[in-house]
Amino acid sequence: MFSTIVSQVINGLQSGSIYALVALGYSMVYGIILLLNFAHGDIIMVGAYVVWYSMSNLGLHPVVSMLLAIVACTLLGMLIEKLAYTPLRSAPRLSLLITAIGVSFLLENGFQLIFGAGAQTVPTLVSGPSLSLGSVTVSFPAMLTLVVSILSMAALTFLVQKTKLGKAMRAVSEDMGAAQLMGISLNRTISFTFAVGSALAGIGSVLYLCAYPQASPTMGSMLGLKAFVAAVLGGIGSIPGAMVGGFAIGLAEALVSAAGLSVWKDGVVFAILIVVLLVKPTGLLGKPIVEKV
Amino acid sequence: MKRYNEDAKLVPVPSTNIIPERDVDKSPILECRHLGIDFGGLTAVDEFNMAIGRTEIAGLIGPNGAGKTTVFNLLTKVYQPTRGTILLGGMDTAGMNTVQVNHAGIARTFQNIRLFSKLTVMENVLIGLHSSMKYRLPTAILRSPAYWRQEKGARERALELLSIFDMQDLAEHEAGSLPYGAQRRLEIVRALGTNPSLLLLDEPAAGMNPSETAELMENIVKIRDTFQIAVMLIEHDMSLVMNICEGICVLNFGRIIAKGTAKDIQNNPEVIKAYLGTRKEG
Amino acid sequence: MSVSKRRAILSMPARYAINGVLMILLVVCLQALTASGALTGYYTKILILVGINIILAVSLNVATGYLGQLPLGHAGFMAVGAYTGGIFLKAVDAAQASGGQYVFYVIAAIVLSGIVAAVFGILIGIPALRLKGDYLAIITLGFGEIIRVVITNIDSVLGFDFTYGASGLKRIPKVTNVLNVALCIILTCLVIHMVMKSRHGRAILSIRENEIAAESCGVNTTYYKVMAFTISAFFAGVAGCLYAGNLGSLQPGGFGFMKSIEILVMVVLGGMGSMLGSILSAGVLTVLPEALRGFSEYRMVVYSAVLILMMIFKPTGLLGDYDFSLSRILERIGIGRKPQKKEAAK
Repeated sequence: MFSTIVSQVINGLQSGSIYALVALGYSMVYGIILLLNFAHGDIIMVGAYVVWYSMSNLGLHPVVSMLLAIVACTLLGMLIEKLAYTPLRSAPRLSLLITAIGVSFLLENGFQLIFGAGAQTVPTLVSGPSLSLGSVTVSFPAMLTLVVSILSMAALTFLVQKTKLGKAMRAVSEDMGAAQLMGISLNRTISFTFAVGSALAGIGSVLYLCAYPQASPTMGSMLGLKAFVAAVLGGIGSIPGAMVGGFAIGLAEALVSAAGLSVWKDGVVFAILIVVLLVKPTGLLGKPIVEKV
Repeated sequence: MKRYNEDAKLVPVPSTNIIPERDVDKSPILECRHLGIDFGGLTAVDEFNMAIGRTEIAGLIGPNGAGKTTVFNLLTKVYQPTRGTILLGGMDTAGMNTVQVNHAGIARTFQNIRLFSKLTVMENVLIGLHSSMKYRLPTAILRSPAYWRQEKGARERALELLSIFDMQDLAEHEAGSLPYGAQRRLEIVRALGTNPSLLLLDEPAAGMNPSETAELMENIVKIRDTFQIAVMLIEHDMSLVMNICEGICVLNFGRIIAKGTAKDIQNNPEVIKAYLGTRKEG
Repeated sequence: MSVSKRRAILSMPARYAINGVLMILLVVCLQALTASGALTGYYTKILILVGINIILAVSLNVATGYLGQLPLGHAGFMAVGAYTGGIFLKAVDAAQASGGQYVFYVIAAIVLSGIVAAVFGILIGIPALRLKGDYLAIITLGFGEIIRVVITNIDSVLGFDFTYGASGLKRIPKVTNVLNVALCIILTCLVIHMVMKSRHGRAILSIRENEIAAESCGVNTTYYKVMAFTISAFFAGVAGCLYAGNLGSLQPGGFGFMKSIEILVMVVLGGMGSMLGSILSAGVLTVLPEALRGFSEYRMVVYSAVLILMMIFKPTGLLGDYDFSLSRILERIGIGRKPQKKEAAK
């Protein structure tokens, strides 16, 4: 009994870290241009396909494929921002939201067109020793996921707090106009934000494949939605919030599965979303926005 | 936060100076006692004590950021006060929200115009008249006689109200397409549609030239005389304030620094120091 | 104070008479075409699909175009209506009924579906509408997904077969035909039109334009937001019932986020706030994929690309917030009073 719970908790931490990495992308983008980037989840899907394609069709080494995927995700995120979101910078938020939905559709259907709707199996990416803690076995992918995620989040925190670009990102989130007046290049900062967010999603994608080695066109959509709930739970726009939210959602799902109710997993995640929005809409670590009358 | 001079002479509350002779027998329409609000650590308004007579035109002046619009927001319950009481016609408005306070008799205009821009002028005023029509949803769907009767009555009333500012010919124009001054006037008409006993005007003369301001002055007095209501204005245009306001309250840093008639205010050293020495703003 | 009144040459009763005649004409034509067999089964199917999508788009338009919110869970209400109608029709064994009883069952199913969906609209609306903008969008998305999950799994909780979960609700009597879809469209548009051209509709529009100002005018914004949301949900339920009666079977997976987005796209493309726009774009967006069946693989890609380009170049949609008005058209032609210039000199 205890070991089931522990192994579920480990699963929860594993999926939670992936949710956290993806949620960070949502939070960063929302924080800077107030857009719920529905296309973010599909970037994961693209990353997965890149890995699969380079390993199966190009015969590249797993590590090379993974790095390639991360780079591809980063570039894709920046490209989407430049082509679809920049023209709408001063448009009403609704238009931006719908465009994001359009991009998401485009990616999913485009990949379905090219590669078919079925799942493609990805060859084993990493192999390594698993850890034994008494009766519980921690798989190598799980350990790798946790370690890489924590390192990535630490790196991100350093980036945001200590570097000039990070400061620029925070400034633009606070007040776009004032940041411009201080000489911060809006376009560069926003591009950079998308790049970092997408890179994290790429890392998330790769780690996801270590545990579930399959690529399909719609894999990003539910994953993205749940990561999105994680971002809202933690407080959308807040970087530490995204991390907290991600782990929380991962653990919640794991506990529901441990209780034998795994068919209700999705329902529980969305129920958490609703409770958060009703009780504290700005999330666990978010800041409230006051409208001036 | 800079505190004002505690020793400055204030006109006591309530004062017969502030309630015009014609209202002396009746109780004030509005009484604020120790009204205050804190936003976290910041006290935006404190110890706001004021009374307005039934048909008085009162003025609320002070430098930018003094808390004048905050007072309006407190009166209309956009913010709930942290402390103090607001009595409207003797009734405590504690616990009411904006909608209830409007039904109780306070209407307002906004510093940054808040019109229903895509709707027509007529529709804007009709929304002001929303509560005066009583028909419910099934009546609307079935278009029974009550619908036709009440809509016709409301439209006629709306045209009457618009004619105060000679705007009845603009009834089918899109509200957002009106010139700035007309938009401000429309806001006043819409507020009047809600049948208030107290009308709060937030910088009604902003952006108006001297002749428009003079017209506005006439119109505010005309409105007060026709509808027999009280009006409180926030204004920076001193000619308007000194000319038509019977009682003036001066705010600085969220506190009242002076109260009285135009003459009292003009001669009050505190006010001159805080405010009147500067050129007209806006 | 002299007040000059405008006198419309076309009085209100006359306008209603003209509209009424046009609608009756439309219904009679459709019925004649179907009955005579001039419309083959294929075209009938398309017409029914178009009709259902019209009701969906027009109903969503109430909450998006008129109320100014962005609910992303419309498919949830459709699902509630579909399953209500489906379960009811199966329970009363409508397939075996005939004549007056059959008609009664069909009408009852439609009305019941609308009512149950409306109840959900109230239950969801009251908490959800306390939020605004993006948060409202997210929470309605959440509710929509929860409805889908509940429909999928509720049988295990209830202990008996109710919705048949993921395997699907089957053998629903196929009661939907061109006539009752057309009648439902007319009813939907009529009721919504009546509401919008009344003080209640104006209140809803005022919330969209400026919620704080609306409150300061004494408009009970909570009440009207829930009202708009509930009306929207009611007709989504009606559409759901027609959908169930058309397809004959239901799957919870078909009512997820994707479906909500499809309906939203119709409303947006047609122009938010324009009932005619919703009708036209629902028609186009239903017919086009069918017409392009040969290119069906590419159609979703093209669809997405069009959506993106539309948002970049014409965000107000095809018709903006133009609302159809016969009297305005007649004015332009020269019958009736002179048209008013919309723009005053600045």
